[in-house]
Amino acid sequence: MVDPTLAPDASCPACSAREMMAIAAGRFIKDGDVLFAGTGVAMLAAAVAKRIHAPHAHIFFETGGIGPPLDELPMAVADPRVMAFSDLNAGLVEAFSYVANRRLRTIAFLGAAQIDRYGNMNSTVIGDYHRPRVRFSGSGGACDAGSLASGFIVFMQHGVQKFVEKLDYLTTPGWLTGGDSRHRAGYRRGGPIAVVSDLGVMRFHETTREMYLAEHYPGVTPQQVADATGFALDVSHSARATPPTEEELRILREDVDPQRLILG
Amino acid sequence: MGEPNGLDGKLMTVADAAERFIRDGQQVAVGGFTINRNPMALVYEIARRRVRDLHLVAHSNGQALDLLVGAGCVSRIEIAYGGNGRFAPTCIRFRKAVERGEVLVEDYTNNQMTLRFLAGALNTPFIPSKSGLGTDVLELEGFPPGIRDGERVARKKVQVMADPFGHPDDDVALLPALTPDVSLIHAQQVSTDGTVRIKGLTFADLEQCKAASAVIVTCEEIVPEDYLRLDPDQNALPPFLVDAVVPVPYGAHPTACRYFYDYDPGHLNHYKAVAKDDGQWAAYLDEWVYGIDSWDAYLDKVGGAQLARIRANTVAGYAPGLDRR
Repeated sequence: MVDPTLAPDASCPACSAREMMAIAAGRFIKDGDVLFAGTGVAMLAAAVAKRIHAPHAHIFFETGGIGPPLDELPMAVADPRVMAFSDLNAGLVEAFSYVANRRLRTIAFLGAAQIDRYGNMNSTVIGDYHRPRVRFSGSGGACDAGSLASGFIVFMQHGVQKFVEKLDYLTTPGWLTGGDSRHRAGYRRGGPIAVVSDLGVMRFHETTREMYLAEHYPGVTPQQVADATGFALDVSHSARATPPTEEELRILREDVDPQRLILG
Repeated sequence: MGEPNGLDGKLMTVADAAERFIRDGQQVAVGGFTINRNPMALVYEIARRRVRDLHLVAHSNGQALDLLVGAGCVSRIEIAYGGNGRFAPTCIRFRKAVERGEVLVEDYTNNQMTLRFLAGALNTPFIPSKSGLGTDVLELEGFPPGIRDGERVARKKVQVMADPFGHPDDDVALLPALTPDVSLIHAQQVSTDGTVRIKGLTFADLEQCKAASAVIVTCEEIVPEDYLRLDPDQNALPPFLVDAVVPVPYGAHPTACRYFYDYDPGHLNHYKAVAKDDGQWAAYLDEWVYGIDSWDAYLDKVGGAQLARIRANTVAGYAPGLDRR
């Protein structure tokens, strides 16, 4: 883990790692995309993108809140703010029928306690499943989105305890054991597209499905990212990420999360 | 206005409902989702009565789950998510109870739990899903074999098989139906004949109620039957599925109830602070559960000014500008 404030250079305004994550992830969102968002940074990313370059992106939540404008930031996917002025309000069966819908390109935003080199994730336990050292919330809808959506983007804090060689529990399917293993397990689409951490953006090799560093943030070196990763991470093709613009930061800070509920 | 006696003896207090419908060892489905529309007045009453050995089934319950687990009412849980959004990414007393081995947990996903309730509602023994193939959610069982009697608990957690209609290597996961003894939900309105209206997201409340042997609905208000009949498209459950109707204003506090009140950040943050410490947690239970005798007394403790702060805007359905830090 590095200092939470990314060291700026002359061309880059100072911002926190969480702000950079929200903006970096927001850039994956295209106008018209259908987005499955969880709690936390995902909501910031979606809200920023919707206000800047993707006004027609539709955000929906596993609870059944479909297409809310998010005038105020929700604190949970069941927050009454996901129900206000939405396209429609439904329930979980409806929400998952959008996640899995074969007509839609649905991109999910997920987080976890651990991730491995193939983008499989753990949000259930640390230690033995039957007598865990640490218990987390469990899947919620994460495993479902990882199984059923067209693809997913992961938010993680970088660290060797989080980017691990072997998960303590596999909650959400990524590329499983790499290659075509996801397809062989019975999945006909989906899988992790990118991992957005507080140090950079990781992607997955097209055939081996192994994670590699695609972008490192301003003020972060590729070696720092490799050192904070608990498995061998290819950093040889990494490029410096485009810094956030003043406008992106202004919208994020003043419009999206003025109480700093998620930005902290 | 319809006749108030259209409720045919179903109208009762939380104490009556708990006395008549809740027993030690029952399988109980708790409605709502994390910090929204949890049937808290009934849950506090269950905790106050020191009900034991409940088998809780839910998708993503938060506050109700944590209070029931923290008060020692629960011995088994089948669940997808034990969290409270930004207020507690993992429910705190739930986490401690699991780490200490005080409760048995069977992990499913939200889609899976919802489908299991739907299967129960359709009186279908199992239902297929494409969630979780190749993961530990399907691989590892949390419940020991001894309690899997095929009656109260399904003989196995899940069965993966080849899709009989598809390609031979295209697997599906079969999930056992859930048929809880009792379903507890909180709604905005119930009519004088027992029809239920839920405003905002219904989560899986309707599936779990249709799967259960008994349904208790706590509600913000009782409204005339004729009023709900003006727009039946908005209604959620018919009278003949409802066994008990309990009018209890602010009955979901500290969770939210759209158009009535927001969640209470003050109470949730206080809860988060005290739940971390066993001593302070015991003091919370004494103060908020055992030390008071009714929901009226609970609301008096929350205080009129705080209830006014979280009151929902009539148009937005939440409390705009509420300080949620």
